[in-house]
Amino acid sequence: MNKLKKILQDNLFEYFALICTFIGLVLLAIFIGKIFVDGISRIDTDFLTNLPSRKAEKAGILTSWTGTIWIMVMTSLFVVPLGIAAGIYMQEYSKKNTINTFLEINISNLAGVPSIIYGLLGLEIFVRMLSLGNSVLAGSLTLTLLILPIIIVATREAIKAVPQSIRNASYALGATKWQTISNHVLPSAIGGILTGVILAISRAIGETAPLIAIGALAYVPFIAKSPMDEFTVLPIQIFNWTTRPQHEFLINAAAAILILLAITFFLNGIAVYFRNKWQTRIS
Amino acid sequence: MELLYILEINGKQEYLNMNSIIKTEDLSVFYGKKRALNNVSMEILPNQITALIGPSGCGKSTFLRVFNRMNDFIEICSVEGNVYLNNENIYNKKVEVEELRKKVGMVFQKPNPFPKSIFNNVAYGLEIQGINDKEFIKNRVIESLKQSYLWDEVKNDLLESALSLSGGQQQRLCIARAIAVQPSIILMDEPTSALDPISTAKIEELIISLKKNYTIIIVTHNMQQASRISDKTAYFYMGDLIEYNSTEKIFRNPEKESTENYITGRFG
Amino acid sequence: MRIKEIIIETILKVSSYLTVLVTIGIIYVLLSQSLSFFKEVSIVEFLTGKQWTPLFANKHFGILPLISGTMLTTFIALSVSVPIGLTIAIYLSEYSSKKFKKIVKPLLEVLAAVPTVVYGFFALMVVTPFLQQFIPSLAGFNSLSAGLVMGIMIIPFVSSLSEDALTAVPNSLREASYGLGSNKFQTAFKVVLPAAASGVIISIILAFSRAVGETMIVSIAAGQQPRLTANPLVPIETITGYVVQVCLGDVPHGSLEYKTIFAAGLTLFVITYLLNNLSFWLKKRYQEVYE
Repeated sequence: MNKLKKILQDNLFEYFALICTFIGLVLLAIFIGKIFVDGISRIDTDFLTNLPSRKAEKAGILTSWTGTIWIMVMTSLFVVPLGIAAGIYMQEYSKKNTINTFLEINISNLAGVPSIIYGLLGLEIFVRMLSLGNSVLAGSLTLTLLILPIIIVATREAIKAVPQSIRNASYALGATKWQTISNHVLPSAIGGILTGVILAISRAIGETAPLIAIGALAYVPFIAKSPMDEFTVLPIQIFNWTTRPQHEFLINAAAAILILLAITFFLNGIAVYFRNKWQTRIS
Repeated sequence: MELLYILEINGKQEYLNMNSIIKTEDLSVFYGKKRALNNVSMEILPNQITALIGPSGCGKSTFLRVFNRMNDFIEICSVEGNVYLNNENIYNKKVEVEELRKKVGMVFQKPNPFPKSIFNNVAYGLEIQGINDKEFIKNRVIESLKQSYLWDEVKNDLLESALSLSGGQQQRLCIARAIAVQPSIILMDEPTSALDPISTAKIEELIISLKKNYTIIIVTHNMQQASRISDKTAYFYMGDLIEYNSTEKIFRNPEKESTENYITGRFG
Repeated sequence: MRIKEIIIETILKVSSYLTVLVTIGIIYVLLSQSLSFFKEVSIVEFLTGKQWTPLFANKHFGILPLISGTMLTTFIALSVSVPIGLTIAIYLSEYSSKKFKKIVKPLLEVLAAVPTVVYGFFALMVVTPFLQQFIPSLAGFNSLSAGLVMGIMIIPFVSSLSEDALTAVPNSLREASYGLGSNKFQTAFKVVLPAAASGVIISIILAFSRAVGETMIVSIAAGQQPRLTANPLVPIETITGYVVQVCLGDVPHGSLEYKTIFAAGLTLFVITYLLNNLSFWLKKRYQEVYE
């Protein structure tokens, strides 16, 4: 192949590659743009404070966004201590034997299980066997199991990044394992852990399938006041409105999507901010 | 015959047994099946600087880490034989290893200050012992920084991050941190090999001054350093203790040929 | 002091062992309900039957239509995400500046961060009407729109992992290629890509697994008509779509219809479990460790 052809080949590929790189983002921007145009005018205080209704103009997302907050808070309460504790154990305490290798493989597997399966798990165990019904508690326990592997992995990665020399210095002064972890390892790793937690929670807020499986309904005409109450969340409300044929409901769906995207991007933005801050601190 | 001396150390009167402070009996250390130290028996005398020298891989760092049981962190490492600190076997099951490490401090090759303030670095060893008395901690920190020849340089910046110090200063800080808990023995694993010549000289001077209050065992690659600062020198080769004698004897008139070859640079 | 340390270690240990409980829970739930299901429905019919109509009066329990629906959407998704994802990966590792990569790589993660219900909305309300302008025979619910949108969502899965694999190839190989007078394209495709093959294949398998398990996009846009077909223009139903359909309805607990979602779930779990472990095995066996 002569020199000119080689250069041409490289250039053509570069143009093609740049198109590929941005096509996804451009399409996403177009999608969001269209939704914005359709839905932005629908967002007003009524929309944010109304209960769902059979009449599209009267329907609001009050129960959905309060339900989302309920789920967000309760899931965090369960998954954060559990996931960080497991991550600390696996990274700082466990030795390289078969049990712990099995534990690692198991968590990798759990990370790859489709979210609807977690919904089925929640349905049988939390809703039926533990008689929690289709409550906020059942929903947040289900989502806890879903995002638990993410938090464990994020914790492990953050702890792994703490230099061994710091631990050596602490042990050489006679500190115990837990003193070393709590005084040095965790404070150094907290940025990475926090980033992982926020990203995981952000994912949980967008989950629909597992909550549908445990029976979270779309038409819940009251705000949940206790963990045992029935509930709904934004994604389910969106799903419900999307499946209605009337045009007004689709406008509602578009508006609710804008709210959900705002929350999602906000949380992701905070996580990225923390990640950058933490990474500059380490170097 | 036991020689007893009454000395004032740190304001307290101590009975010093002029017998050894550390003694190893047929000490062997294995990494898995590989033998890193081979039946080493030696005694280290108090308030002296003992240098451990030898080519790479001879076992001197392994030997050093036996004394504060830092080898425990290496899973495949196993120890045979006996090691006595003040006549107590440190590998006895009843020994609390954290207590041992408070009596036997360590300074590492690459300075490793915590990402905390200068003050908190030195205070850390006291805090983990549960000491709450802020006055006491403050005095001990100042004392340690003075003993480490660092006080004048940092006295106005105690709350600054330790990472803002130069390499040589960081190492002196690590020494201050180690002596703040008042160990009786300080282990030093090539403490100046990562530093420039001027910082090295300052730290050598510091080590010599520490001798009156502490027993120091130092691993070094630098034979000039060993001959400058140590009282006794032990030469290791391939896991064996080849020769152990006063520094002057080792460097002027070694008994073994292997020792002489190493000293004169014929290998290693 | 000792006791405190032991207590803390035990608490941490128990936390990590709970993850095993989760796996046991999943397997128990799926198996127990499925076994009960298979007492009434023959497993042969389940695996070989070509009709899936458990909710109709005339019941058939052949899972093949659901599997075919799943595979059809997955195939369409991969035919979008793999070429695009790989191209991006090659561009980032072989052509672009470090600064560009540093900005673009996290930017692409945005595609994966959008909730899938939102993508479902896009597929149904934007993509299908748009495509119908060019393909008049395109049904309102179809696997094409769902697959295409799913493909966009999965791009970062392929691009990120493949890029990691490509970047891990040592520079010495590239230098050898350039030294012989190759351009970037030839070096990338003839030298670097083959050297990173196992990593790239692993990323594709993981993207495959993700697509198979995807629920909301297909529930919204692909339809609820189980059908054994390769036609992307008609409504179909995936395994995941079926489970959602039943959960939204009024199926009594303990009934045969209720148990079908667990049989379907078990099928899904087996497929993704095999795919994931295939990727782990490949990683262990073949991943070139260049350190």
